[in-house]
Amino acid sequence: MVQAVKNSWATFKSIFTGMGITGRHLVGPTVTLQYPEERATLPKNARARLFVNMDDCIGCTLCAKACPVNCIDIETVPTTADVDLGKTSTGNPKRFWLTRFNIDMAKCMYCDLCVHPCPTNCIYMEQEYEYSEYDRSNLLYKFSQLSPVEVDDVKAKAEAEAIQKQKEKEEKARQKAEEARLKKEQEAAEKARAADDGTGAVPAADAAKAAGTAAPDAADAARVAGTAAKPAPGSPSKQDDTQNPSKGEA
Amino acid sequence: MNETLSSMPFLPALLLHAAIPLTIILVYALVAIWAERKVAGFIQDRLGPMRVGGWHGWAQSIADLLKLIQKEDIIPADASRFWFKFAPFMMFAASYAAFAVIPFSSGYIGSMVNIGVFYLLAVTSVLTLSVIMGGWASNNKWSLLGAMRSAAQMVSYEVPTIATVLTVVLVAGSLNLMEITELQSGNDTLGFLPNWLIFQNPFLITAFIMFFISILAESHRVPFDLPESESELVAGYQTEYSGMRWAMFMLAEYADMLLLSLLGATLFFGGWNSPFGDFLAGPFWGFFWFMLKGLVLVFVMMWIRWTLPRYRVDQLMAICWNILIPLSFVNLVLAALWEMIF
Repeated sequence: MVQAVKNSWATFKSIFTGMGITGRHLVGPTVTLQYPEERATLPKNARARLFVNMDDCIGCTLCAKACPVNCIDIETVPTTADVDLGKTSTGNPKRFWLTRFNIDMAKCMYCDLCVHPCPTNCIYMEQEYEYSEYDRSNLLYKFSQLSPVEVDDVKAKAEAEAIQKQKEKEEKARQKAEEARLKKEQEAAEKARAADDGTGAVPAADAAKAAGTAAPDAADAARVAGTAAKPAPGSPSKQDDTQNPSKGEA
Repeated sequence: MNETLSSMPFLPALLLHAAIPLTIILVYALVAIWAERKVAGFIQDRLGPMRVGGWHGWAQSIADLLKLIQKEDIIPADASRFWFKFAPFMMFAASYAAFAVIPFSSGYIGSMVNIGVFYLLAVTSVLTLSVIMGGWASNNKWSLLGAMRSAAQMVSYEVPTIATVLTVVLVAGSLNLMEITELQSGNDTLGFLPNWLIFQNPFLITAFIMFFISILAESHRVPFDLPESESELVAGYQTEYSGMRWAMFMLAEYADMLLLSLLGATLFFGGWNSPFGDFLAGPFWGFFWFMLKGLVLVFVMMWIRWTLPRYRVDQLMAICWNILIPLSFVNLVLAALWEMIF
């Protein structure tokens, strides 16, 4: 009996304690945010949509290398000598055309790792978090400021310059080879003259002939190397295409 | 000829007379369901429904009702079709019929019968029957389990309810709820308190506590909501019901809640009597006070719902048979002794 009274007392006490707590919450403030009408203020370091300030991008691709999920896809083309892209707001010279700078936000996992390597602080996370799309391909953000025509133009120019440079290189190599041949001939001639004083002119002429056949071989080798190097500027883009098939849909 | 003339206005008048509690129940159900969700929301530091209708989502229940009307009326293939269809209407009919003897104000009572309390308790027993009917006809084990629990619970808790009501009847000396209410008019208790029965006899206070626990169980409210227990029995006997049939169950449940709260207000808190004596009295103010008292009890029920966890079946039965029933009968005898002595 005493135990029953005690139990009843404890029960009533706990019921009223509980109802006191719920009663306080009943009149207390609510925590609900009426989302579309009200929005939470995000903390300063909130991670949301990525944004690239292309005016400051120098095309170093550090962000793409840092990305653990490979959602950043960058293609750069070196500038030709007649173009000056100027400097970024941080003073770094810009030496590359950014023909492609795609970020696939469908892949992005908001790790923030791409933000910190950037030397010019041009890639960062915005406060914008409402960018859902019905089509996943719409989440592929393209930051490159060049139109396809400009991209082709820039690439063609860069390639032309590369060929030009290659030619210059070959020319230099050829000249070098020529100089070397001349030098050798001279040396041979000197040797022959020295030998002439003693034995005869026949071995000297042999030596000169040998030097003359050797020089064109060297020039040929240089030319072969040049043709092998020529398609090099175009090849990285092809590789990128195979790596990232979504580029075609975009 | 005289007969036809007098019966012509009689029928519409009768219908109008009978429709008043129905209107009250329907409006109350819409408001109460919305209020329940708001109370739940605020207690959990949420806002509850906010969209429909503008201010605090007041039209949410109306939108829900429209949605329920449009829903398909699904009847399980193996169910007993007739009883399955019949159960929700019978349940609501029982709740509604009980409102006939509730004195809503000094100017309105559905039926001025001399056995009002007895009739009310008898008619609400039909609720048990309709719950079993719905559960059994569904041909679903959860429904049947819920119905069985419900039957056990309602039959058990009817005993302490009746015993506590009997205490009031004993003090008031009448079974007519209007007479019981009229008895409580005036503000003479201890010089300032209203003449409500709860202030008349100390054993009526304990009677009210037991009565309130019993009506919580009778109307399937937490912590005694085992027949539905949405977290374990998938809404119990309502499992197979959908659309408007389910809505009828819901309506009957809320009507039952209001009915028992109004009964409590009548028996213990002076019914339609104003708490300030003659101030703000009269038929219309009477209605206001009566509904206010009833709705305060309904609010306390909601408050308890979002505070307490559910009892187990054995605990539920233990509370009823080991504690409430003996206590309520002891209380009845003590109240009778108090009446004899003072």
